[in-house]
Amino acid sequence: MRIPVSWLSEHLPLPEDTTPEDLAEALVRIGHEVEGVHRPGPVTGSLVVGLVVEIEELTEFKKPIRYCRVEVDEDRIQNIICGARNFAEGDLVVVALPGTVLPGGFEIAARKTYGKVSEGMICSVKELGLGDDHAGILVLPSGTASPGDDAKGLLGLDDAVLELSITPDRGYALSVRGLGRDLACAYDLPIHDPVGMAEVPAAEGPSWPVEVRDEEGCRRFVARRVTGVDSTAPTPWWMRRRLMLAGIRSISLPVDVTNYVMLETGQPLHAFDASKLKGGLVVRRAEPGEKLTTLDGAVRELFPEDMIICDETGPISLAGVMGGETTEVGEQSSDILLEAANWEPGAIALTARRHKLPSEASRRFERQVDPAVCAAALERAAKLLDTHGDGHIHPGRTDVGNPVLPSPVTMRIDLPDRIAGVRYARGVTARRLGQIGCGVEVTTSDEGVTMVTATPPPWRPDLVQPADLVEEVLRLEGYHTIPSTLPPAPPGRGLTEAQRRRRSASRALAEHGYAEVLPFPFVADGTWDAFGLDAEDTRRRTTSALNPLEADHSQLATTLLPGLLDTVRRNISRGHRDLALFHIGQVVLPKAQPVPMPEVDAGSRPSDEDLALLDAALPAQPVHVAVALAGNREQPGWWGAGREASWADAVQAARVVAHAYGVELEAVASDLAPWHPGRCAELRVGGFPVGHAGELHPQVVENLGLPKRTCAMELDLDLLPVAERRPAPAISPYPPVLLDVALVLDAGVPVGEVELALRQGGGALLEDVRLFDVYTGEQLGEGKRSLAYALRLRAADRTLTVEEATAARDAAVALAAERLGASLRG
Amino acid sequence: MSGVNDPYDPKQVAALSPETLKAAVEQAHEAFSVAADLDALAAVKPAHLGDKSPLLLARREIGALPPAARSEAGKRVNEAQNEIKAAFDQRRAQLEAERAEHVLRAEAVDVSLPWDRVPAGARHPLTTLAERIGDVFVGMGFEVAEGPELEAEWFNFDALNFRKNHPARTMQDTFYVAPEDSGMVLRTHTSPVQIRALLERDLPVYVVCPGRTYRTDELDATHTPVFHQVEGLVVDKGITMAHLKGTLDAFARAMFGADSRTRLRPSFFPFTEPSAEVDVWFPAKKGGAGWVEWGGCGMVHPNVLRACGVDPEVHSGFAFGMGLERTLQFRNGIPDMRDMVEGDVRFTLPFGTES
Repeated sequence: MRIPVSWLSEHLPLPEDTTPEDLAEALVRIGHEVEGVHRPGPVTGSLVVGLVVEIEELTEFKKPIRYCRVEVDEDRIQNIICGARNFAEGDLVVVALPGTVLPGGFEIAARKTYGKVSEGMICSVKELGLGDDHAGILVLPSGTASPGDDAKGLLGLDDAVLELSITPDRGYALSVRGLGRDLACAYDLPIHDPVGMAEVPAAEGPSWPVEVRDEEGCRRFVARRVTGVDSTAPTPWWMRRRLMLAGIRSISLPVDVTNYVMLETGQPLHAFDASKLKGGLVVRRAEPGEKLTTLDGAVRELFPEDMIICDETGPISLAGVMGGETTEVGEQSSDILLEAANWEPGAIALTARRHKLPSEASRRFERQVDPAVCAAALERAAKLLDTHGDGHIHPGRTDVGNPVLPSPVTMRIDLPDRIAGVRYARGVTARRLGQIGCGVEVTTSDEGVTMVTATPPPWRPDLVQPADLVEEVLRLEGYHTIPSTLPPAPPGRGLTEAQRRRRSASRALAEHGYAEVLPFPFVADGTWDAFGLDAEDTRRRTTSALNPLEADHSQLATTLLPGLLDTVRRNISRGHRDLALFHIGQVVLPKAQPVPMPEVDAGSRPSDEDLALLDAALPAQPVHVAVALAGNREQPGWWGAGREASWADAVQAARVVAHAYGVELEAVASDLAPWHPGRCAELRVGGFPVGHAGELHPQVVENLGLPKRTCAMELDLDLLPVAERRPAPAISPYPPVLLDVALVLDAGVPVGEVELALRQGGGALLEDVRLFDVYTGEQLGEGKRSLAYALRLRAADRTLTVEEATAARDAAVALAAERLGASLRG
Repeated sequence: MSGVNDPYDPKQVAALSPETLKAAVEQAHEAFSVAADLDALAAVKPAHLGDKSPLLLARREIGALPPAARSEAGKRVNEAQNEIKAAFDQRRAQLEAERAEHVLRAEAVDVSLPWDRVPAGARHPLTTLAERIGDVFVGMGFEVAEGPELEAEWFNFDALNFRKNHPARTMQDTFYVAPEDSGMVLRTHTSPVQIRALLERDLPVYVVCPGRTYRTDELDATHTPVFHQVEGLVVDKGITMAHLKGTLDAFARAMFGADSRTRLRPSFFPFTEPSAEVDVWFPAKKGGAGWVEWGGCGMVHPNVLRACGVDPEVHSGFAFGMGLERTLQFRNGIPDMRDMVEGDVRFTLPFGTES
């Protein structure tokens, strides 16, 4: 909201030297966000009022040009070229004479143009720095001033404009009335309430028949009629100037008056052309299929929740949001019905949102408008039309509805002190509450505690409980008076095991050369096809955003790989070929059968059943870790050749993570898209699958435009067991016996199983098994391979003899032979 | 050669004469010192210390001396031999040291050669920032709480005192999910974790909740639809706004140095009352120390406490929240927020594996 400082401070006896910046600071201190203090740029030189005496149309140019004779002082005529056409002979305009410098350093000089000498410039609103309206030049209402008058004072070029962002709880502050009161509180000045002081005369009967059928949606409806209005009468300059600085374009006297009174009182008004109304008005919800053409010319299909105003022809206004075209006030309108209503905030918010039609009116109704102000606001508007439009106020007034006023709130009078952690001076709480307009009563409870009961004024429906009153006291006393003290926190338990392990995994991957990235979880359409997933693959079962930023990226990730592989591609497109990336993040795994979200009240703690139902309705969202590798894992250099990243690096990344968690990981041959069917490992912990790793399927790599042999790993960190305490191993001080053994097996027997057999067969004496060579060759025979192991054997309590060690080795080999058909290589 | 019982005549046993022995010692010294390396030294060793060396030969003559003279002659020979041995050992040690030094010199390398066979990795600065904040609060006795990113509206809005159709619900630009009545949103803030913490934990509650959040802002230099927040929540008996201020000041000092502090401006959030915006005094601000908008905070709204089964007559609390991207942006001077989210390794790698 933009408000000129002169308007805001009109009735505030502020200290002489108060600057607009001081006002802005005061507003911030009491809780109003000031987005800017705007001042029209400085104007130097002669800016005067001119009277257009004669217009000569020049037609020989590409566009029509006017050569104007403008009287800028008694007996002084300037010839001025002007391209705008929204003025006529006899109009008062603003003229920048040669030598004037306009905002933006725009210097005016007499110059030759369009074959004439132009002695100055006729100015537009925008050129004067008063607003954005560049539609034409500024025409002043006749009689506003005389030719030659200084225009700087008339235009109020020394007036600053405050741009405010009002928080949703403070609807009252969307008006000069409300902000003025808050400023008076901030400066401890007497309160001037333009509405409270307005006189609402008694009326004779209703002004128009009105029936409110939905009293929940429409809390009050007031109408006043002004007849014989000259709608073409000019809006007085002071009103136009204020509207202009507030960013509202002058349209016509009736419309300008409704806007002006809205800015002043906070009450949105609407003016109907009464001659276009057919019969009495009905206020109700819309019915399915009803349509309304609003003032912006849009034909709107109404929603059943929309509050509307109807006459016999049907809907004529979208209540609290925007009026309708059929009853719009125009130049011919003389019989005007002014309406001021009070609408239920939720209904207006919903209507404004559904029709994507936020308006000055809806913004105020959403934040609640003082229901007591309707009649006074209407009276003010009617009087303005009467005065400036030569109208006659009809003696009747329609006033339907019975709005609920705020209820009294009682609290301990020292509650503000207790919440702030401050000892305020005696009487502060009662004084501040009174200042904002509450009726205040101080009592003593039966227990002898001093209590305060505040009855909020009708414009403060946001004050419903003690905390709301506390905020009022604290903000007006100033948050800067609140001291800084640490709370007495109990001894904490530190991070959880799971949190510590997740950090360890992240750090371990980084130490192993992986760079962390944080891709968005929105998956592009077509990703699952590119991944080669089966139609039934559960990863296709996604949750989708209803309002994604990119229409084709609505699905929430069920795996981290799409985002990670996207990031690989982006890096490659930027010239990085060797990549090792990792990401740790939540995925969203919807249930096969969606569980409906229960309706749960938030007025008190829900039952345990309800809480369980809430959680049951949410998809599972485990934390995954994923890595992607492309290009070289080891760089070539002066030491020799590089090494391409391979499936084995991807599996090893999983082992790095498992090691950080202190668990053993088993890799078992698997076949899962998007991995290469022969180079995909299922990762298991304790026999339970936790993820996959390997090289990606060549087709997937091609589909996604990735480098050949891109590799990836993903596992579910939430599935990794978190042991609270790991048992420490017994360290034997006795020397080991080292024995090597080479086994010949079918090439298809996984190394993992061979090692398991050796370990189990070797028993407690076999301390370590390490594969140091894998060999295939003709002499072994077709389909065979040799695995060479270094065995380290040791006893816990004695020096192992060679005989004992050999026996253990033989037992290990025997089990491998029995289970897997291994034979000792001769 | 003299017989055992021959009369003694030292002159006849010339090999044992002091002069002869002295000459042998001198010859040995000379031979050892001219030996240029260990091989040469080994080659001359037999001539002076071997079986055929003059001293060994002289020693055999001792028996030819009369018993009275043997002792003295033996002593003389021993002394000479010890001196030769010492000369030999000294020369050998000298040559060995020379050889070792030569080998080390020959093995010298260019230590400035790179060895980045496996390129370095790095953690994302947002991750380390979240962890650092967690550590600051763990140090103050808080615990770190977490929650789901796809959240029930009840947790994201209802329990946080957002009335249905309240403008605050729309001002947050929420990502809603299908179907239309799913009752779920991508959480717009980390505040639902407050609710979960209060429902799940026994009082008093002191938690901090870092996490990923979502709003429908287009990605640009200062906005991202997917971002991170950290939320703090304290609910205990006798908690005041002064405690909130103290906690924020301690947090500011931990993040921005001992000179930092915070400033509160009254504001509005549905889930706090009173509410405030937090500015932080940032001593290293570009262009000179100054205030920077940092986040929001306030005293937990009684309606929020009630929704979690906490009696606002007995307990009070405060909550605060700030954006991590924004914090990182001004703290580390990152001009464009897109650099944080696009995953270009050139952004991440310089941060190293800091933890």
